Amino acid sequence: MADREIMYRDALREAIDEEMAANAQVFIIGEGIAERGGSYKVTEGLLAKYGKKRVRDTPIAEAGMIGVGVGAAIAGARPIVEILYVDFAMLGMEMIVNQAAKFRLMTGGTGRVPFIMRTQGGTGGGVAAQHSQSLEALFYHIPGLKVVMPSTPYDAKGLLKYALRQDDPVMFLEHKHLYMTKGMVPEGEYVIEFGKADIKREGSDVTLIAWSNMVPRAMAAAAELAKDGISVEVVDPRTLSPLDTGTILASVAKTKRVVIVQEAVRRGGVASDIASIIQEQAFYDLDAPITIVAGLNTPIPFNLELEKASVPQVPDVVAAVRKVLHHDIPMAAE
Amino acid sequence: MPKKPSAGNTRPRALLEKIYKTAKTIRVFESEGIKLYRRGLIRGYFHPYLGQEAIATGACTALKEGDYIASTHRGHGHCIAQGAEIKKMVAELLQKKTGYCKGYGGSMHIADIAKGNLGANGIVGAGTPLGVGAALASQIRGSDAVTVTFTSDGASNNGTFLEGLNLAAIWNLNFILVIENNQYAVSTTIEESTRETELYKRGESLGVPSRRVDGNDPLAVYDAIEDCAKLCREGKGPFLIEAVTYRHTGHHVNDPGSYMPDEKKKYYAERDPVNRARQYLLDMTDLTEAQIAAFDAEIEQEFADAVTFAEASGEVSVEEFKEFLETY
Repeated sequence: MADREIMYRDALREAIDEEMAANAQVFIIGEGIAERGGSYKVTEGLLAKYGKKRVRDTPIAEAGMIGVGVGAAIAGARPIVEILYVDFAMLGMEMIVNQAAKFRLMTGGTGRVPFIMRTQGGTGGGVAAQHSQSLEALFYHIPGLKVVMPSTPYDAKGLLKYALRQDDPVMFLEHKHLYMTKGMVPEGEYVIEFGKADIKREGSDVTLIAWSNMVPRAMAAAAELAKDGISVEVVDPRTLSPLDTGTILASVAKTKRVVIVQEAVRRGGVASDIASIIQEQAFYDLDAPITIVAGLNTPIPFNLELEKASVPQVPDVVAAVRKVLHHDIPMAAE
Repeated sequence: MPKKPSAGNTRPRALLEKIYKTAKTIRVFESEGIKLYRRGLIRGYFHPYLGQEAIATGACTALKEGDYIASTHRGHGHCIAQGAEIKKMVAELLQKKTGYCKGYGGSMHIADIAKGNLGANGIVGAGTPLGVGAALASQIRGSDAVTVTFTSDGASNNGTFLEGLNLAAIWNLNFILVIENNQYAVSTTIEESTRETELYKRGESLGVPSRRVDGNDPLAVYDAIEDCAKLCREGKGPFLIEAVTYRHTGHHVNDPGSYMPDEKKKYYAERDPVNRARQYLLDMTDLTEAQIAAFDAEIEQEFADAVTFAEASGEVSVEEFKEFLETY
């Protein structure tokens, strides 16, 4: 079937729409998602199509709405809870961490929690410290949660459709900068399984690992480096948990050099964990130390220049790639 | 000691028998369970439901098949009243593979989704939004199932109380919040925790019909829940019931409850819920002391058999655990 170019937010809407049409257990709740269609217009039109029962506005009560979603999932429904900003999900962390993530183990595998929290994070033009965070590491740290961070409309749709068909709690983390970006999406039915990385650009000199809004920056850096004859392979894990280590390690074996880019603060981040996996499993493939390009260890400042300085920009990625390419490991002393 | 049932003087024998047997089963489970704990057979935490049996018994007896409950850390009573198998409960407490959670959960995490039990919970207050979620799922499915969340005076000071009940209210869900007001949050008294100790008033502030009942009277609880459940099924939910009660013991098996004054313990012992259920049988049916004693023997035997079953069961191996984690 033909591909069309649509926006990330439209791709998300199509996924929800198609799965709501296919499964009466799917419903969505959130702040301003019904009549208003959501702050990012992801849920526009769903109220008219599916009615008030399955498309509901909530009061500003994140712990309550996340908890209600988790309870509905335990009882066999397939809720999507939209949280306006990932920063606000902190109010519902008890329900995510102590209830949703643990229920399956605590019940010896008999209880399942097909609960989806859709939210968005990242910096986005001066919305300051409580509306700009990249908090995937908090969820990544918790056994039992799936962490999904799509970078393109194609991935967003396929991953969200898959999320609505599997049985574990999913932290579906969108990026505020990506909603209006466009990409090719097929007309027909498809899903993208969790744990399958996507090679967004093939290359042979350096492996550049990036997710969410760092993927477009990695792609821009790769295009710039290509002008100098540097061949960069961009690997987008798409889901951080589960993580497709196989694709990452295969790329490292090919290029022997790795740069990992994350928007989140460096300390305790997912990039550090990926680096530890690579050094442990592919140390002898490496020709240079693994380099991480990450956010500064700071709350995001309001001032636009300071905000920009807080998270990786394309020149930072370009510089890091050049550095790992020109790094010659000194010979061990005889 | 109060003898009169809460309403009228005749009740079906089957109902009274079920209420007595359920309350007595909880009493035996907890009393004998504490002995197993003292022998070192049960590890971790054990929060006895002793003294509060009327609430789980009355409430769950009033529910129908397909209804849900959400429970608390003090959850054995709810689990039993909702029809759990004693042997699978004992096996879970003894961390055996034949337990409800294969030994992965323990006392605070027993769930039995097939019986509508969404689970006990180690986090005070969590059951309210979880139960509201089950009620929401029922409404979306077009089912008339009712969900009861058992919560507590302690949990009523947690934000989830307001957030959960308010969502149930604005969505007119088939939801009944039962506050088991045992007057202590661990050891902190209700008077130290809130200025308004009549907790049902909090439901009224959210537009939820709310009332207080004698939480040591199984029939009073039964009547309240039966009434609320019927109204829920007519689309008039949610409701809040505050059931006032008192623990026999401290917060858990290793808390002697030194802060619990003797006169209060005495007051509630005179209103013991299991004795009350027994008295109803004697007052309102033709059952004799001997016949009731036979029920007791049967219940004690069931527990003894459950211990034998659990002790003979194996445990999940580390290899099986790791295999399970591959999918987690």
